[in-house]
Amino acid sequence: MVAITFIQPDGASQTVTATVGDSVMQTALNNNIDGIFAECGGAMMCATCHCYVDDAWTDATGERVDGEEDMLDCAEAEMRPTSRLTCQIKVTDALDGLVVHLPEA
Amino acid sequence: MSGVVIIGAGQGGFQAAASLRSEGYSGPVLLIGEEAGLPYQRPPLSKTYLKSGDEGALALRPAAFYETQNITLRTGLRADRIDRARQVVVCGDTEFPYDHLILATGTRNLRPPIPGIEHALDLRTLADAARLRGALDGVQRVGVIGGGFIGLEFAAVARSLGREVTVAEAAPRLMARAVSPAMSERFAAKHREMGTEIILGDGVTAIDAVGFTLSSGRRVNADLILLAAGVRPNTELAWEAGLEVANGILVNDQLLTSDPAISALGDCASFPDHRSHHLIRLESVQAAADHARLIAKRIVHGPSAPYHAVPWFWSDQADWKLQIAGLARPEDSAEILPDGSVIRLKGDIVTAVETVNNAKVHMMARKRMAGATPMTRESFAAPV
Repeated sequence: MVAITFIQPDGASQTVTATVGDSVMQTALNNNIDGIFAECGGAMMCATCHCYVDDAWTDATGERVDGEEDMLDCAEAEMRPTSRLTCQIKVTDALDGLVVHLPEA
Repeated sequence: MSGVVIIGAGQGGFQAAASLRSEGYSGPVLLIGEEAGLPYQRPPLSKTYLKSGDEGALALRPAAFYETQNITLRTGLRADRIDRARQVVVCGDTEFPYDHLILATGTRNLRPPIPGIEHALDLRTLADAARLRGALDGVQRVGVIGGGFIGLEFAAVARSLGREVTVAEAAPRLMARAVSPAMSERFAAKHREMGTEIILGDGVTAIDAVGFTLSSGRRVNADLILLAAGVRPNTELAWEAGLEVANGILVNDQLLTSDPAISALGDCASFPDHRSHHLIRLESVQAAADHARLIAKRIVHGPSAPYHAVPWFWSDQADWKLQIAGLARPEDSAEILPDGSVIRLKGDIVTAVETVNNAKVHMMARKRMAGATPMTRESFAAPV
């Protein structure tokens, strides 16, 4: 089991248990995390599952996948160097303790 | 208080239930679905699911979500009748009263009266997709009837698994309802390059256990046949209840039917298009979800601005992701851009943008189309 912490723009944080192999998006949906809409269900079509990966975790979550940057560029909230689509981050054991920040709605 | 009853537990029905809660609705919410199991996503059925077979990845939310959100989920249950005078939905011996009813009945596959049609498989539900996956295992030759999104997505997966694939389309080009002739041609060339046989302008006249025959007399041999010839909206419940129906359950720009206590959404609803002023019916996740959100808001907070969401569509075929922003009418002109993208135009107004593997242009188009003024040819070309 892997723990992931989602932090809202107002600082409220929620730590949930994730299943290895799921995406961070799926984990957020399963736990009803505010701010992750995931309209396209993870097909990289909508940029509504945008997060900012905590600075301490950017190495562990890795590089953006092909096409992800173009989608992030069009997300509602500003794109930062730590921006990722949560549908493109796969939960692995190495991500136990992961912290992601949610953008302003 | 009877609360809200939703008939149809697909993407739109699910979204309506979820959005009612996120908008702060506190009354009872009942979601009725004919298929068994948790509400799930359909788009992956013709894409990733066919390859992975991973059913767990399809559920829109886990069972616990419905409990914590206090949404009553009744699946494997068919709604037989709506009694509008008494505001109840009748399912067998059970009656479910409603203050407001949302029809999210979706579509069903079109099965034309072709001799031997029983030999052809469908791809609409999870059960269909599971059956098709199993059938794909033991066969070498695959025949697909219909060259739309579903037929072509399936063809691309079957071809990538090494099957011999033939697609027969009755219309003179692929995806004729959805894209420009230029884009149809690009995709025909792509599939042919993959080794798929594409037959155009030749409808199926007879099907049997080992293939099908086309109107030209041509024979296609296949051990597995998929029928992907389009869908019909499920309007019978509404029609029998006396609601207006016109290629879908007729709704106004607030997505209300001719009965103010009943809304309709998604694939089964025929609604006024804010841009073209035509009545349209869309078969897409986007429309289902956006309709659902408007209806939930309206139920909780009262009437809002007319529905005006920008339609968008996508289709994954092999390593090509086709994306369409907006909605063109058949008569709209087409301009092919240097990268192969196509913009559709009505006069100077861009009505749709068709791109392949170009998320940037797709998203830019969606954003600009959502603006207060229509996107012109000039504003499409302007730098971001």
